[in-house]
Amino acid sequence: MFVKEGIIASPGIVIAKALVYEKVIVEVNKNKVEDPDKEIEKFQNAIKNSHEQLETIRIKAISELGEEEGAIFEAHAMVLDDPEFVEGVEAEINENHLSADNAVKMVTDRFYEIFDQMDDPYFSARAADIKDVGTRVLQNILGIVQADLSQLDEDVIIIADDLTPSDTAQMDKKRVKGFATNIGSRTSHTAIMARSLEIPAVLGLCDITETVKTGDLMVVDGLTGRVCVNPGSEELEFYEKEKQKYLDYLKELEELKDLDAITLDGRKVELVGNIGEPNDVAGVLKNGGVGVGLYRTEFLYMNSDVMPGEEKQFAAYRSVLEAFPDGPVIIRTLDIGGDKKLPYLPMDDELNPFLGLRAIRLCFKEVGLFKIQLRAILRASVYGHAHIMFPMISSITEVRQAKAILQDCMKELDDEQVAYDKDVKVGVMIEIPSAAIAADIISKEVDFFSIGTNDLCQYTLAVDRMNQEVSYLYDPFNPAILRLIQLVTATSDKKDQFFTGMCGEMAGDPLAAVLLLGLGLDEFSMSALSIPQIKKIIRSVRYEDAKAIAATALNMETGEEIMDFVQESMKKLNLYI
Amino acid sequence: MIKKEVTVLNATGLHARPASMFVQTAGKFKSKIFVIKEGNSINAKSIMGIMAGGISQGTTIEIQAEGDDETEAVDALVQLINDKFGE
Repeated sequence: MFVKEGIIASPGIVIAKALVYEKVIVEVNKNKVEDPDKEIEKFQNAIKNSHEQLETIRIKAISELGEEEGAIFEAHAMVLDDPEFVEGVEAEINENHLSADNAVKMVTDRFYEIFDQMDDPYFSARAADIKDVGTRVLQNILGIVQADLSQLDEDVIIIADDLTPSDTAQMDKKRVKGFATNIGSRTSHTAIMARSLEIPAVLGLCDITETVKTGDLMVVDGLTGRVCVNPGSEELEFYEKEKQKYLDYLKELEELKDLDAITLDGRKVELVGNIGEPNDVAGVLKNGGVGVGLYRTEFLYMNSDVMPGEEKQFAAYRSVLEAFPDGPVIIRTLDIGGDKKLPYLPMDDELNPFLGLRAIRLCFKEVGLFKIQLRAILRASVYGHAHIMFPMISSITEVRQAKAILQDCMKELDDEQVAYDKDVKVGVMIEIPSAAIAADIISKEVDFFSIGTNDLCQYTLAVDRMNQEVSYLYDPFNPAILRLIQLVTATSDKKDQFFTGMCGEMAGDPLAAVLLLGLGLDEFSMSALSIPQIKKIIRSVRYEDAKAIAATALNMETGEEIMDFVQESMKKLNLYI
Repeated sequence: MIKKEVTVLNATGLHARPASMFVQTAGKFKSKIFVIKEGNSINAKSIMGIMAGGISQGTTIEIQAEGDDETEAVDALVQLINDKFGE
């Protein structure tokens, strides 16, 4: 029995037999060949076979994993037909008398390196595609048959160095119950695939393919990032229990899904999701979110080579609004600048980008761009409950300026006789300390606030949390932060029809939930996966108790003290995280 | 053979979408078409070649075509670049 720790890539616990999926190490023939024509023929046959295999995989991928996954293999087939690839290989064979296998490896490696070195995620993904296709052609030339995972007769955990789209697409999804690999990260293909198949995965185990044999009984614990190989009866019993606990927990969360986020004494709050693109809506609905508290529209801009036009934006906003006929959808206008840039919008390098031309400030400079977005949101507003939110507001002047531009857009639409929701709600992010301190002033111009704790912490505590030397100072529980939050919620409480939400990471932190509830927050917006847990906490506490906890915390001296106190209080109330 | 020099104007150069528009347009013609960048010749019908070519904004390239429809081919590709790929 032994235990190894790796990177948590997909949650859950599985106990099953290991299947070591070893990639045959491809050895190419490096000698000069006598008969290039024969090598050309080998190469062409391999291309033909690869085409046939890819078509089979593509059909399987579309039916089991969806169109998007199927498209990967269409791209692979394009590489097989690509003249630079085909002619490059043929030239190596004809001119340099390389073997077909050697020539394919050489040309594949050449392209792989070019793409891999480009500083752009789009091209890095192409590099992986090229490698996957090159390996396929090579195996076809050399007659290597990769282990077939498409029909398995028992449940298995796949042990591999790494898994490519070609590997995962052909797997028998009913039998594959977990992954454990040598390399990989939370964002690698293996991790994404495990989460979409909802099976546990632990990656980055370095040498798991060396230390586990096919047939070994093992546990993959995607909750703690451990794998346990050949567990003894004691460990087995332990993991069976942990697994059951996790399943019970999931069931409990599932039961909570359609219930309100309401305290024992009747205070109701709204739990909503943070999304980056329309596809994320599914996760929010699945986890019981009643709306969207933060739609980060910058992804629409960053995932495009050109400025997204009004129609494209309108379609995206409309689809999100239609998904929530009863709930709010808070659309944050473009938040670019700082560390986020657009390839098609030249921006000067700045000495202090986070204090510079970003978000609303950039939109005031690029009014044309800003108006396209506002028009798209207004047009979409008739399809649901659209809320427009301006980021990086430091004073009421900016709110007025932004609203004047919004008025211009409304007038344009009136002139064009295009419909929009005339009562569309307008709000601001509270992420600059000046906005929190002057919340009462700013509130005169808006319908809601949403506190962005990530930036609020950064600006209030003057700490760059990406800088490891100082990141220890980054603490949302710091009394100064809690007091700023309280200033904002106190303003909001005094006004009718006004609400204050939070869309920073703190809103999804189970330790902060009771505190924020007690501070009077009306809406919590978080990544979809956090919603059930926060709902469970809110449904288990009394608002009066939460208020008392918050009041005490506000008078404490340090973040550490506050965190200990909250933990203690939660224990006393029998609240477990 | 027809050849013409042209400077890439659009902001992203021959990045993902422009590269694929360029290759698709080249593929409509029967002629052999090549892009010459700093003395290197790239097959204009190869998406891998064009993307790997690193043709960024401000790069001057030469487009060469040889075949029955060589004039139309070069004109179409030059126009695509001058129109900044419709951006």
